[in-house]
Amino acid sequence: MTAKPQFRALDGRSGGYYGLLGILVVVIGLGLLAAVLKSAHGHYITGMDNQIVWGLPHVFAIFLIVAASGALNVASIASVFGRTIYKPLAPLSGLLAVALLVGGLAILVLDLGRPDRLVVAMTHYNFKSIFAWNIFLYTGFIAIVLVYLWFLMERRMNRYAPTTGMLAFVWRLILTTGTGAIFGFLVAREAYDAAILAPLFIAMSFAFGLAVFLLVTLAAYQWSERPLGDLILRRLKNLLGVFVAVVLYFVAVYHLTNLYATRLHGVETFLLLEGGIYPALFWVGQILLGSLLPLALLFHPVWSRARKVIATASALVILGGLAQLYVIIIGGQAYPLDMFPGFEVSSSFYDGVVVPYTPTLVEFLLGLGGVGLALFLVVVAIKFLHFLPVSLADHKVDPHHASRTDTVTASAET
Amino acid sequence: MSQKTSAPISRRQFITGAAAAVASVTIAPGVFLMRPADAGTAEGVRWGLLIDSNRCGDCNACVTACHEENGVRGMDRPRTDAQWIRKVELRDPDTGHSHSLPVMCQHCEHPPCEDVCPTGASFRRADGIVLVNKHTCIGCRYCMLACPYKARSFIHETLTDQAAHAPRGKGTVESCTLCVHRIDRGERTTACVEACHDKGNGAMLFGDLNDPDSAISRELAEHGGTAIRADLGLNPGVRYQGI
Ligand code: SF4
Ligand code: SF4
Repeated sequence: MTAKPQFRALDGRSGGYYGLLGILVVVIGLGLLAAVLKSAHGHYITGMDNQIVWGLPHVFAIFLIVAASGALNVASIASVFGRTIYKPLAPLSGLLAVALLVGGLAILVLDLGRPDRLVVAMTHYNFKSIFAWNIFLYTGFIAIVLVYLWFLMERRMNRYAPTTGMLAFVWRLILTTGTGAIFGFLVAREAYDAAILAPLFIAMSFAFGLAVFLLVTLAAYQWSERPLGDLILRRLKNLLGVFVAVVLYFVAVYHLTNLYATRLHGVETFLLLEGGIYPALFWVGQILLGSLLPLALLFHPVWSRARKVIATASALVILGGLAQLYVIIIGGQAYPLDMFPGFEVSSSFYDGVVVPYTPTLVEFLLGLGGVGLALFLVVVAIKFLHFLPVSLADHKVDPHHASRTDTVTASAET
Repeated sequence: MSQKTSAPISRRQFITGAAAAVASVTIAPGVFLMRPADAGTAEGVRWGLLIDSNRCGDCNACVTACHEENGVRGMDRPRTDAQWIRKVELRDPDTGHSHSLPVMCQHCEHPPCEDVCPTGASFRRADGIVLVNKHTCIGCRYCMLACPYKARSFIHETLTDQAAHAPRGKGTVESCTLCVHRIDRGERTTACVEACHDKGNGAMLFGDLNDPDSAISRELAEHGGTAIRADLGLNPGVRYQGI
C-alpha cells in the first residue's frame, strides 16, 4: 500500500521566496505598463500592423494556453490512467494548468484593440466563431480544473476526483483542438490550410506543458529543499522525450504533406528555406535546439541523470516551442496571400511581398507579463495552499522502491 | 440625418439587418440616431460592383474619392494607415503585360470575417453589404486574418476629424462600407464609382445584382465577370472583368 502523500504549504518566509515574488511583481507591472501604453497610443507603437495583425503577444499567449492544457498531463495520467506514482503531483499539475491559462488569456485580452470591451465579448456571442467557442472552452477549463483541485485536496471529496479528472482530460483535448482550429479556419492562408494542425497542437501541448511542469517542480523542490527522488523525475523526463518526438513526427507529416501539394510549394520554400528569420527559427530554434538537443539530453544514459540536464532540456523545449509558434503565427502571416495566381502583384498595401515584422519592447513586455502572472499565481498558491507533497523521495512515491537500493534501480531503468 | 425619430429599435435588429426599414447613424459612441431608411436593406436586393480592369487607368481616383468621402486619412505611416480600397498592379510574367484594378471589401455572400468574429460585430446586411458594428468590435483582428482579400484595416491610433456618417475609432477594425450611407439615403452610386466615371474611365459599375434589369446584371449577363479567388466559394458581391 502506498502511504498517503503528505502535502504542506511552503513556509515562504525566506528572502529567496520574497525575492522571487518581487521579481514576478515587477514583470507583471511592466506587462501592465506595456498594456497601458498600447491603449493610450494605439497599436502603432507595436510592431504589428495591418498585415501582421497578430504578433509576439500572441506567440506568448498561445504558448501559455497550449502549455496550460499540457500541464494537466501529470494529473490526467494519475487520475485517468491510474498511475499512482504521479498522484502526489496531481494538485501541482492542476494548479499550473489554471495559472498558465490565466496568464495566456490575460495577454490576449490586453492585446485587444478594445480591452475595455471584455464585457461585450462575454455577452455577445457569435456561435459560428471558433473564437467564441474558445471563450467557453477556456472558462470551462478553469472551472473544471478548480473543482478537480478541490476534490483532490479535500479528503471528503476525494472519491469524485477521478471522474472530474476524466472530464478535465477530455475537456483539455477539445480545448487544444479549439486553439489549433483558430488557425485551421483561415481558409485563405496557405500555411494554415492543414487538418493536421489539430493533432499537432495537441502534441505540442503535451510537450510544452510537461516541460513547464518539470521546470517548476525542479525549482520548487530545489528552492524549498524538499526531497525529490530520481524515480519520478526519470519517468517524467522519459515522457517529455516521447512527447517531443511525437511533435517532431507531426511537424514532419505537416511539411511532407504540404510538399506533396504543388500549390503549397511556395509557402513551404518560404518557411523551410528562403524566408530569412522563419527557416532560421525553424531549423535552429525549433528542430535543433528545441527538439533534437533535448531528445539527446533526455535519453543520454549518463547525462540524463543530472537534474541540471533535465532542467536544461525542459527549458530548451520551451524555447523551441516559442520558436515554433513564432513561425506558425507570424511566418504564416508574413507570406503573401495568393490573390491572383499566376500574376506578379504589387500595391501600396504590401500585396505580393513578404511582410516584414519587427517586434517591439512593448509587445515583449506584454507577453512576458503574462508569463509572470502565471508564475506569480503558482508561487502564491503553493505558499497558502497544500499543493506540494512534503517529499517526493523515491520510497514515498513508490513503496516497493524502498526495498531496492537507489543505484541498482538507476542503472536498471536508464 | 434630418429625419430623426425615436423608434425603439434594438441594436440587435440593426445588427442582423432584421429591421429592414431602419438604419442607424452614430454621432458619438453609444449615441444612436435612428431614422427610417429607404430601400437600403430592402428584401431581395444585393448591392454589388463590377470592375472592368481593361478600362481601369493609371489613376488613383477611386482610392482618393473613397478615403475623402469616408474621412480615411493617413498618418504617413504606410504600415498602419488604413486603406479601404487600394490599387493592385498585376503583371503577367509570361507576356509582360500589366494592368491594374482596385480591391476593396468584396462584400462576400459567405464572409469569412463574419464567420470568425467572436462578438458578431462583423455582419452582413440583408442587402449584401458587409459591415463592422463599431460598438461591439473588440479589436481582436481575427477577421483581418480570415479575410482572403486583406480588405480590412485596424485603427492603430487615436483619430480626429471623422466623417459623421463613417464613425471610426481606435482599436476597432474597418473596411469598405459600399458607401452604405449613400445607399441608405437613396443614392445609387458610391464615391469610387462616381470618381471613376467623372474621370472618364467608367471602369466601375454599381448596382443590384439580383435585379436582372439593372445595368450591372445586364453587363454581367452579356460579357461575364469573375470573382477574385472564386475557388473559395465565397460568392463576393464585387466582380471583375479582364483579370
Ligand atoms: S472581402 Fe473580406 S472583409 Fe469583405 S466580406 Fe469578404 S471576408 Fe469580409
Ligand atoms: S476585430 Fe472586431 S470585427 Fe474583427 S473579428 Fe474581432 S471583434 Fe469582430
